[in-house]
Amino acid sequence: MSAATTTYEDFAAAPPAREPVLEIRNLSVEYGYDESPTRVLRDVSLTLHRGEVLGLAGESGCGKSTLAYAATRLLPPPGLITGGEVLFHDRDGGTRDILRLSDRDLRASRWQDLAIVFQGAMNSLNPVYRVGKQLVDAIQAHLPGVGKKEAYERAEHLLELVGISPDRVRSYPHQLSGGMRQRVMIAMALALEPQVLIMDEPTTALDVVMQRQIVEQIAELRERLGFSVVFITHDVSLLIEIADRIAIMYAGEIVEDANALDVYRRPRHPYANGLLHSFPPLRGERRELGGIPGSPPDLGRLPSGCPFRARCEFAFDACATVRPRLTPPAVPGDDPRRRVACLRHDPEAVAAAGFDPVPVPPELAVR
Amino acid sequence: MRFFVRRGIFYLITLWAAVTINFIIPRLMPGDPVKAIMARSQGKLDSSAEAAIRTLFGLDTDKSVFQQYLDYWGLLLHGNLGTSFMFGVPVVDIIRQALPWTIGLVGIATIISFVVGTLIGTGIGWRRGTWADNLLPISTFFSAVPYFWLGLLCVALFSVTLQWFPSNGSYDRALIPHLDMEFISSVLYYGMLPALTIVISSVAGWILGMRNMMVTVSSEDYVTVAQAKGLGERKVLFGYAARNAILPQVSSFALSLGFIVGGTLVMEMVFSYQGIGYVLYQAVSTYDYPLMQGCFLIITIAVLLANLVADVAYAFLDPRTRQEG
Amino acid sequence: MAAVESTVLETTPPDVVPQTTSAPGARRRLLFLRNAKALTGLSMLAFFGVIAVIGPWIAPYDPSAMSDALLQPPSAAHWLGTTHTGQDVLSQIIVGTRGVLVVGLISGVLATLIGMLVGVTAGFVGGVGDETLSALSNVFLVIPQLPLIIIIAAQVPGAGGVTVAFIIAITGWAWGARVLRAQTLSLRRRDFVEAARANGERTMRIIFAEIMPNLTAIIAAGFVGTVTFAVLSQITLAFLGVTPISEWNWGTILFWAQNNLALQRGAWWWFVPAGLCIAALGMALTLINFGIDEFVNPRLRSTGLKARELKRRGIRPRIGFTPVVDEPRADDRPGEVDAARAVAAPAAPTTQEAGR
Repeated sequence: MSAATTTYEDFAAAPPAREPVLEIRNLSVEYGYDESPTRVLRDVSLTLHRGEVLGLAGESGCGKSTLAYAATRLLPPPGLITGGEVLFHDRDGGTRDILRLSDRDLRASRWQDLAIVFQGAMNSLNPVYRVGKQLVDAIQAHLPGVGKKEAYERAEHLLELVGISPDRVRSYPHQLSGGMRQRVMIAMALALEPQVLIMDEPTTALDVVMQRQIVEQIAELRERLGFSVVFITHDVSLLIEIADRIAIMYAGEIVEDANALDVYRRPRHPYANGLLHSFPPLRGERRELGGIPGSPPDLGRLPSGCPFRARCEFAFDACATVRPRLTPPAVPGDDPRRRVACLRHDPEAVAAAGFDPVPVPPELAVR
Repeated sequence: MRFFVRRGIFYLITLWAAVTINFIIPRLMPGDPVKAIMARSQGKLDSSAEAAIRTLFGLDTDKSVFQQYLDYWGLLLHGNLGTSFMFGVPVVDIIRQALPWTIGLVGIATIISFVVGTLIGTGIGWRRGTWADNLLPISTFFSAVPYFWLGLLCVALFSVTLQWFPSNGSYDRALIPHLDMEFISSVLYYGMLPALTIVISSVAGWILGMRNMMVTVSSEDYVTVAQAKGLGERKVLFGYAARNAILPQVSSFALSLGFIVGGTLVMEMVFSYQGIGYVLYQAVSTYDYPLMQGCFLIITIAVLLANLVADVAYAFLDPRTRQEG
Repeated sequence: MAAVESTVLETTPPDVVPQTTSAPGARRRLLFLRNAKALTGLSMLAFFGVIAVIGPWIAPYDPSAMSDALLQPPSAAHWLGTTHTGQDVLSQIIVGTRGVLVVGLISGVLATLIGMLVGVTAGFVGGVGDETLSALSNVFLVIPQLPLIIIIAAQVPGAGGVTVAFIIAITGWAWGARVLRAQTLSLRRRDFVEAARANGERTMRIIFAEIMPNLTAIIAAGFVGTVTFAVLSQITLAFLGVTPISEWNWGTILFWAQNNLALQRGAWWWFVPAGLCIAALGMALTLINFGIDEFVNPRLRSTGLKARELKRRGIRPRIGFTPVVDEPRADDRPGEVDAARAVAAPAAPTTQEAGR
């Protein structure tokens, strides 16, 4: 174990309580209202625990952003949620299904229970309003009792929180740099002290230095304010640094869900394994870089069986027929809570379909 | 400030261009323009008019074209647009009488049309995939017919068949123009049908434009963010979506004013409404060239001023144009 | 004139460039033809085109020939009735089609050429040249066009169809140029153009091989818009009597109708059909332009289903409130899912056979 990863070990040493705050159950999403929609999410289940940073990774187009938008009902037309539940467990013990709230209750719940930092802060701020007004908008929509002066004081305080001078409340978005705008969006997301913060590629458009600063800031704020985070990115090495747990998506499904360190050290899904070898880690030992051959399948025309099989070096005959389900990996000694969707780890399903099971290759059974 | 300086310079250039076009056109005509004009007038013009045209077009002197151009500007700057052949009075006086009627009718009707069309377009663009989409084909139809034909239909329906409104004129000729209730209500009564027609025929363009802008702006991230923040529906619609969609709508208002004013002026001709458009029509049909050119110049200046107002409105609405430096 | 103005509104904003040269052209063209709006528009236009060509042979009467049937409403002998001198209105409309289309076509082609020249040059050269050319097209945009066309046409001796087409083209090229300039400007900074420059390609080659193919849709939209504007302008000129009233086109019919009190006499058949023809032609052109716009800017496409069907399924397409329907797919959830177990634990078995 190198010195660099020790940081992470310390970070993960005190695992957060396993109390769920956001549960996505069997969520299915389609694009298109006609007879042949594209099915972008198929029966996805994912749980975020209180105080946890959950990383959501995968190549672009795998459905990770769609998952975030669908869970908050913010997916634009022609997006359509065709089934599932998104349960939010409040601090006080109440539970509500976000997908079945009335418009009024959903508006009330938004930003207070769950806030989002969107991809590309360039367009997230309305160019015609001052930054302060946009912060105050959110505050006053949920706390009608707060006066204008007080709301502005709060906005200034929020800007300070993310390291921006409070007099920037009077700035227009075009007067701010890209990094500052993203900080403003983070400040806005924290305006009502939400219990869950979803961050959709918050650092993608920024340069590396700025990326670093923002990520550190998020980690620090989480420590202070104690919210849970879903962090979406295609940059797995970044996730390994900041996430407690990582879920990896492929073609609209979750293929691996495990502790961050387990994903990093002991990937069990061939796709997770390939993804890890596509990025140099920010810290830690250097390892050989390799890509994943081919490109993700067209979601409109998914192959039968395992969607990853065409690019998988470990595929065997059953993969063309049997669709993998999420099961604990077939590696003795693994964390029993982790899950992987690969037939190499699921001999039962392979046998049930009448094929001969093939053992887990050593690459996917690292201990 | 830079924004206004730039726009100001642009308007000056446009004004200069309009005056120059006015100066050049008669001089570009093949052959002897005056002879051609006399021939076209088919005896409506006598020899004294011919001399007047020669003076106006600067063809009776040996001056260089440049000198003629300077003289022309000199006349304009003194407010001299020449004398009408047909009425025998200064063109400026005729225009001074007609202009208020046009501003009243075309101006108010255009503003109403813009406001109504923008509001309807906002609604349709916001609620896509509902019954409101059915308004689109209707708007398309109205945007594809010439204004004057709708004017003809309105006259046939509302004044000839139903006899609700008078078919022409701008007030009851039995009244003496005077600022009293009777005269004002007569003006309103006579103006109703032309105004209605202008609104009906031009509103479709605003509906379609605003609808498309709403569709485009609605998919911007900041609208989604506004929804994610849990703001009220009205606040998102008017404060975020429509608030930003109105920007291109205002700038195309400025750009399309030329088209619209052109179309609505024809409406004055259909209704014999005593504005600039009708004067222009009379000038064209009687080959009254000074009057024609004067009308064109005044219409252009009016459109430029309206553009200036639209620019101010735009700068007021969009902080990015106000940026210093 | 509203058609023109609405087209200005539509084509100005999209910064969406039709895909780069890599897309196979033939397939994309077919895609365009599959657009219902474009197809309807093209069919209507083709109908008028045929009438324009064969009009004089199929017209039942000589449009100028007078007869004893004065101001007759539609009948078997005169399908669209007669004028106050007994001329056949249907024949006038059929014969007049050619004049309308010829002027529209000539001025459309001319104005598009001028617009391309000015717009693409301005967008490509940048700097002072761009400033000058942009100012020029803005000047022509702001000056009210119809009055300008009227005063020019009134001063040109005997301005007939082709002359009018020229006048309309000279005054109506500006907004095409404006849109093209904006698009060229954004194309010029694209990677593939930069690459061609870096390779030392000749400017002309870059313009014709790299930039022009990507402007096709916008040029087409500009052309269609100009034709619409030209048709409406020409008809307005004819209606006002500025152009020779002996040349038959739909505007001339309306001129005679208006001047002979067709409105006051209730002779609706005299002025309604000609207007409907103008509307139909204008509509055809507008539909084609909508097709092009939706082709270029997919965001404008309608959401795919009829409002009634959406309502039946309980879908209200809205920004910020994704519709939720309960329509589980058989192959999404093959087995029973125990809700309590499905949380952190994996979903129910999703094993299934191929060939679903």
